[in-house]
Amino acid sequence: MSAGARIQRGIAILVRQGSVILATIISLFPVYFMLVSSFKTKSEYIQNKWGLPSSLYLNNFNTALAGEKFFIRFANSAILTALSVGVSLVIACLAAYAFARMEFPGKDTLFNLVLSLMVVPPVVMVVPLFVSMVRWGLVNTYQGTSIIYIGLLLPFSVYMMTNFFRTIPREIIEASRIDGCTNLGVFWRIMMPLSAPAVITLVVVNALWVWNELLIALIFMQKDSMKTLMVGIAAMRSRNYVDIPATMAGLLIATIPIVIVYLFGQRYFIRGLTGGAVK
Amino acid sequence: MPSRTSKSGLNNPDASLTIRKGGGLPLPYRPRKKFWRKLEPWLYLAPMLIAILFVFGYPLVSLIILSFQRRLSGVNTFVGLTNYKALFKDDVFLQAVKNNLMLVITVPIMVFIALILAVFLFERIRGWQLYRTTLFLPYLLPITVVGLIFSYIFQLSGVLNEFLNLIGLNFLALDWLGSTRYALPTLMFVIIWKEVGFGVVLFLARLMSVEEELFDAAKIDGANWWQLQWNITVPQLATVIEFFTVVSVITMLSWVFNYVFVMTGGGPGNSTMVTELFVYLMGFRYNQMNIASAVSVLLLLVTGFFIFLELRLRAGTSAAEVS
Repeated sequence: MSAGARIQRGIAILVRQGSVILATIISLFPVYFMLVSSFKTKSEYIQNKWGLPSSLYLNNFNTALAGEKFFIRFANSAILTALSVGVSLVIACLAAYAFARMEFPGKDTLFNLVLSLMVVPPVVMVVPLFVSMVRWGLVNTYQGTSIIYIGLLLPFSVYMMTNFFRTIPREIIEASRIDGCTNLGVFWRIMMPLSAPAVITLVVVNALWVWNELLIALIFMQKDSMKTLMVGIAAMRSRNYVDIPATMAGLLIATIPIVIVYLFGQRYFIRGLTGGAVK
Repeated sequence: MPSRTSKSGLNNPDASLTIRKGGGLPLPYRPRKKFWRKLEPWLYLAPMLIAILFVFGYPLVSLIILSFQRRLSGVNTFVGLTNYKALFKDDVFLQAVKNNLMLVITVPIMVFIALILAVFLFERIRGWQLYRTTLFLPYLLPITVVGLIFSYIFQLSGVLNEFLNLIGLNFLALDWLGSTRYALPTLMFVIIWKEVGFGVVLFLARLMSVEEELFDAAKIDGANWWQLQWNITVPQLATVIEFFTVVSVITMLSWVFNYVFVMTGGGPGNSTMVTELFVYLMGFRYNQMNIASAVSVLLLLVTGFFIFLELRLRAGTSAAEVS
């Protein structure tokens, strides 16, 4: 390799590393900023905004947890997430089994129709849904709000599970049929155990979605004791504006579950969120 | 067992199906099997259909009806296109539409950045797996949390301006979210920050499924870096780029509520008002359900167009995959 070529190669590596590192710094800075700020006192935050904290001031976490009814909000988010993700998973798997392994008239049309609902913005349904929820007394209830989440999660879930079920070889199903398995038996004893990776992916992605959701929670969980974590956080902007470190501590607690799950189950996130677009 | 089933399934031409369903069922049930086979899929689909009719079907129908009505002395009365006409004279609504369209400008920027980063990572630069993890992280964080952090970063006395002052760029230390002029571009930056990682991971995943020989062949033919990207990478990524573009355009037009609600609340002076926030304010703050419905219908029409587009693209892709 000549000296010129070596220099050229060096520059190429420098340009690549340089731009990727810059992008990484920009990507991570807000997370870093949240992390360091949540351990600073108010006065230290004002003097030293981006540096590391001089000592770990843990009182912010006390303030955040007590001041914003954190535990109730956390529990509300967790209940809604578990309920919506669990129920929608069962419903989606049943429907996906029909789409993947049964014949019925209008199958493709119905599938495409369900698929297209994936991109309908929730804000569009909010007004009529609110009218009916008020009529049935389902505002400020877990069941009412999770019904909405279940509906919104279904299109993507059905799509993903159908695609996965289609990859399970027909021979396995035929074989168990001959052994006397009913459709429900095949579904429960063959399809579901084989689908564990797809199910985990789906649960992770859907849980993330419900956990992070704001608009529906804002409208359908208005009562203070029913508010979710994200609604509580959105309200912090106006209320806790002066105590930025305490707010940051609250944000940190709300974000940590996501980051931990992501670091351990990264491939599920990536597979789930890019699934369908990449074959 | 096959001989037994073929005897009982004489008038059924599809013997294999008989075997499947036959098995140990007692004879008296046989005549009802055909009916059962027709009914069974719908039993599996029923829970989904009920949920979807409740969450999508009914609201969408009722929305259209509401949008042609007004509440007059306590009763919803049909008023034709009045709500729609009122909308197009409403400055706030028009501003919201304009802002949504402005946000679409971020899409080509995102595609470009994601493409560059994905290609660099694909060239297996040192630590590419770590970079992939970190670049994807923003996409997972709640917009509510991110929005709040950024609103502190972009404060007039926030960390960004302190940094700019430190390095002597005082003239750049602006009131990022507090001025009508810069609030929307600042919002755009945050949206790009959050969504670009999705593009990177998407493009990278697709690139890794392209056969290496394609790149090697081009290199042997003496293609330089730009030629390689333009002639191999971009065409190979065409379908995912299309997908990402359509999804992002839909996002900019109808999924930006969280950003705006948390960071600016539509202000200052409606400079960051978007249609979703307009629906929310009309419906739930000013109690104008009918106006809110009319906006929703318009929003639905716009996204409907893109859904149609996406389905067409998808149909094209799957056809290409089959062949």
